This record gives sequence, structure tokens and C-alpha cells, in this order.
Amino acid sequence: MRSTSPKTSGDGASDGRVATTPPGQPDRPANAPPDAPAAPARRSRLREPRWAAFAFIAPLLAYLTIFYAYPLYRNIELSLHDYTPRAFVMGNPEFLGLANYVDVVTSDAFGLALRNTALFTFVSIAAQYTIGLALAVFFHDNFRLSGLLRGMFLIPWLLPLIVSASTWSWMLNSENGIVNSVLESFGIGQINWLTSPDWALTSVIIANIWLGIPFNLVILYAGLQNISKDLYEAAALDGATVWQRFWRITFPLLRPVSAVTLLLGLIYTLKVVDVIWIMTTGGPGNSSTTLAIWSYREAFGTGQPEFSPAATVGNLLIVIALVFGSVHLYLQRRQERT
Amino acid sequence: MTARRTWWKTALGILFTALMLFPVYWMFNVSLTKTSDMRADPPHWFPWDPTAEGFTDVFAQQLPALSTSLGIGLGCVALTLAIAAPAGFAIAKLRPWGAGPLNFTLLVAQMIPSVVMAMGFYAIYVRLGWLNTVWGLIIADSTIAVPFGVLLFTAFMSGIPQELMHAAKIDGAGAWRTFRSVVLPVSRNAMLTVSLFAFLWAWSDFIFASTLNRNGDKIPITLSIYSYIGNNTTQWNSIMATAVVASIPAAVLLVVAQRYVAGGVTAGAVKD
Repeated sequence: MRSTSPKTSGDGASDGRVATTPPGQPDRPANAPPDAPAAPARRSRLREPRWAAFAFIAPLLAYLTIFYAYPLYRNIELSLHDYTPRAFVMGNPEFLGLANYVDVVTSDAFGLALRNTALFTFVSIAAQYTIGLALAVFFHDNFRLSGLLRGMFLIPWLLPLIVSASTWSWMLNSENGIVNSVLESFGIGQINWLTSPDWALTSVIIANIWLGIPFNLVILYAGLQNISKDLYEAAALDGATVWQRFWRITFPLLRPVSAVTLLLGLIYTLKVVDVIWIMTTGGPGNSSTTLAIWSYREAFGTGQPEFSPAATVGNLLIVIALVFGSVHLYLQRRQERT
Repeated sequence: MTARRTWWKTALGILFTALMLFPVYWMFNVSLTKTSDMRADPPHWFPWDPTAEGFTDVFAQQLPALSTSLGIGLGCVALTLAIAAPAGFAIAKLRPWGAGPLNFTLLVAQMIPSVVMAMGFYAIYVRLGWLNTVWGLIIADSTIAVPFGVLLFTAFMSGIPQELMHAAKIDGAGAWRTFRSVVLPVSRNAMLTVSLFAFLWAWSDFIFASTLNRNGDKIPITLSIYSYIGNNTTQWNSIMATAVVASIPAAVLLVVAQRYVAGGVTAGAVKD
């Protein structure tokens, strides 16, 4: 057996691989039938010692412990104590038990924040999904330029959020924004998109829908690719209309993909901070404050950091995210089994 | 008839794309507008009389922030690859004990809101004196990419034919050698995908930057734009010019990397 594998990586590795082909075997190992004599050797020699697997995985375990588990533990600890900025540095906070949770849930802001979170999340994902699905079906019929145009739809998704959020802020500016200017030409008076309590939440929802369309389009389009063309041909032979084909074939067969899209969108939208914070900072008042924004504002948004309530709200948000997350995992498991 | 219908669909498709990309166009348009025309009513729809003042401001003021972001992005890519690639290899090929619960943990980790992570990191960094440091931000940003990276590497490396592993084994290569000289070169596409996302997420990150690096002297571009908006509400052309420049890496990376990602998984490895 040759053992002159080059030390270099990249192309050198492919040379090394050629050199590893055992003598007497065809040049293309993939197409070769597995030869019987090699099989026992394979079994005995391929078992890696346990410590090898562990060595490869140890950095990840250390990483998860230090940079995931520990921050989460600190967060729970924050929510159970009264961490004033002073106690935060000194490290001698008063233990409060669940008092912070009681305070948060019974406060006036909680109901509004919960309502805003629900509205923001559900309206966003419902619109993203509907528009994304319509576009996916539209792009599914290959027409000239369809690939290029579909690619361009990805752009909003790739931009840094600060970029898209500040662009939307300027577009929705009351006096100088393009949106109000267009509405004016239709005879609609000035709308204070970002500064009126009635419109702030709507504005951030509009921007967030725009941000989420590409993600929905990509996943749903991939889902459509997996539906057999034969079904559509058979339906066309039976004289089904476009509308019937969508509701009887596309929609039912896309259900698993739809479920995954919606749940991922849900989990993702629950956590959104950037868009809202950059556009309205949750205001005016609390009119566009979601749970995530509330938590962010308490901890970092004002000059006076209140880490304990912030961590409390954050932990409640985790619980909500995990509930939907476990639904997602459950559906995924069930799908894999069938 | 078919040709006519296709034509009609293309026109509609262009219309939809134009509508969707209007905000992006508007960003360009505003970035080229003169400060004196900023408050024009109605706003100028096309940059007939463009100015470079916005972009001059960017290059005068934002270059340090752009290079900080570049550094953070690259650092985040390196850290993510260093942790995720070996772990993905182990889960996919070495079948370690506890791989199932680990996968589950990674899925759950992706559901944790960044605000919560930011608070935890803040509490830790305050004690360690790591606030306002670039490496502190690299570590925090990598938490977005590492779980994704491990899951992607696991999925990709599970698809590497066992023949390839056997061949390396028969040649006397140990696990490390197999990983370095066989698995990694073959996984180039997965590495590019993970790198692409790790970079983009770190580059675009706002939450960690605005919490862990608020008073640093080296701030990333996202935070720089944000404080710029706070201080100059009239200079929207400069703000949008910065936004345009901040979007360039995303655009470039997509165009460059799409070619690689689209490639077949092990097609190039086993064929020959």
C-alpha cells in the first residue's frame, strides 16, 4: 500500500485519495461492488475509539456550556434577584424569588406588550406566508427571467437590518417621506406613521412583512419543486381550473412545508428587536412595544439599566418561544417518521 | 399562445420585483440626493442631479467602523468553523455518545432570543472587563452561527460516502488526518455556506453591538449608522450612503458564493 500522501490540503488531498485506492480495485470505488474480503477488515478497523469522537466534539460542548448555558443561567439568576446597577457591579443583590415575575405579569405594560407581540407576530407571518406562497406559485411556472427575478427577491433578506429599518424610517417620515407623498397625490392626508400611537405598530409590521417575504418565498418555492408534475398534468386532463389545482393539489401537498415555514417564522418573529427598536424604539409611549422590545429597553434602552425586570421579561419570552419550538420539533419528528 | 402568456408573466414578474425592491432603490436614490433637495416636496423620484457628498462623508467617517465590522465578521467565521466543523464531523461520522440530545440542544439553542443572550453576556462581560472589546463581540456574534453551522456540517458530512472514509482508514489515516485531508476538502461547499452566513450575521448584528459594545472606541458599522441617525437627522443622504456601503458585502458574497453552494455535494469527490 502506498503511503506517499502529500501533506498539502486542497488539491493535494484528492491526490491522497487516489493513492488510497487499494491495488486491484477499479478506479472508481463508488461504482465498484463492495468486495467481500474487505468487509471484515472494514468493520474492525473503522471503529474509532470513543475518545476520538469526544475530542472532536469537546470544543462544541465547552462552547455551549460557557457561551450558551452560562449566559442563560445568569439570566435566570438576574430575574430572581433585585439587581440594581450597583448590585450588578458589586455582586450582592437581594434575593426576591418570583417577585419579579409577579411584578411583570401584573404590570399595566404587560397586557399591551403581550397584545403587541401577538399582533406583530401573527399579522407579520400571516402576510409573509400569503404573499410568499403567491409569489412561489407565480415563479413556479418557469418564464423568461424567472430565475433572475426570484434571485433578486432575496436582496431584502440579505441587507443588514439597520439598513432596511432606517430606509423604511425615512420612507415613512411624516413630512418628507415618499409614502406620504404618494398617498397625498391620491388625496389622502398626512399620516404620522412612526410618531402616532395609532400607526406605529402598523408601520413596523409593514417593514417586517417586507423583510420576511424572501424567506417564505425561498422555502415554499423549494416545497413546490417537490410536488410531482404528473399530478398537475392529470388534473389538467380532468379539466381542473388553475384555482382548483391550487386548492386541491398545491395547498394540501405543501402542508408540511407550510407548517415548518410558519413555525420558523413565528419563532423568529417573536424575538425581533432590531426593526422595531430602530424605527420606533417601541413608542410612542408603549404603542409598539413587544415583549422583546420591553426587555431590551429595560436593560439597555434607558440610562438606568434595570436588569432584573429585563431578564424576567426575557425569560417569559423564552418560554413562549420554546412552546412553539417544541410544536415545531414535534411536527418535524412526525414528518421524518412518515 | 404559450409565448404570449410567458411574456405577460415576465412583465408581471418585473413589476413585482420592482415593487419589492423599491425600498432598496430608494436607499440609492436618497444617498445621491443633495442635502438641499432632501426636504423637497414632492421628493425627487430619480437622482437627475446626483451628488457624491453622502459618499464622501462615508469615506471620511465610516472607514474605521467598516474595517471593525470586517474584522468581527472574519473572526466570527473563523471561530464558527473551528467549533462547528469538527463537531459536525464527529456527529456525522464518529457516532459519539449523546448525539441525539446534542442535536436537540442545538435546535433549541436557535430559538433563544438574542436579547436574552445579550443580557447574559453583558452580566458576564461586566465582571471580566470584556465589554467594548472586539473579541467579546466576535464570541457573542458567533452564538448565532455556531448551532446553525454544526447542524449544517452534520447534514452535509453524513452525505460523504463511506468509501471515502474507508479508503483513508485503510491508508492508515487516523481520525484527525481523515478529517483534515479528506473530509474538510470535500466539504468545501458546506464550509462556504457556513462562512457566508456567519459573516453576514456578524456583519448585520445590531443587538449584540448595541449592548456589548456601546461605548467602545471600535464600533461596528451597524452601530455607527445607528448613532449617526441619532446625531444627524438632516443628513439622510449620508445615512443612506453608509447604508449602501454597508450592504455591499452582502451583495458581493451572495453573488460569489452562490456558485459554490449550488454545486453537488460529493459529486466532485467520488467521481474522478
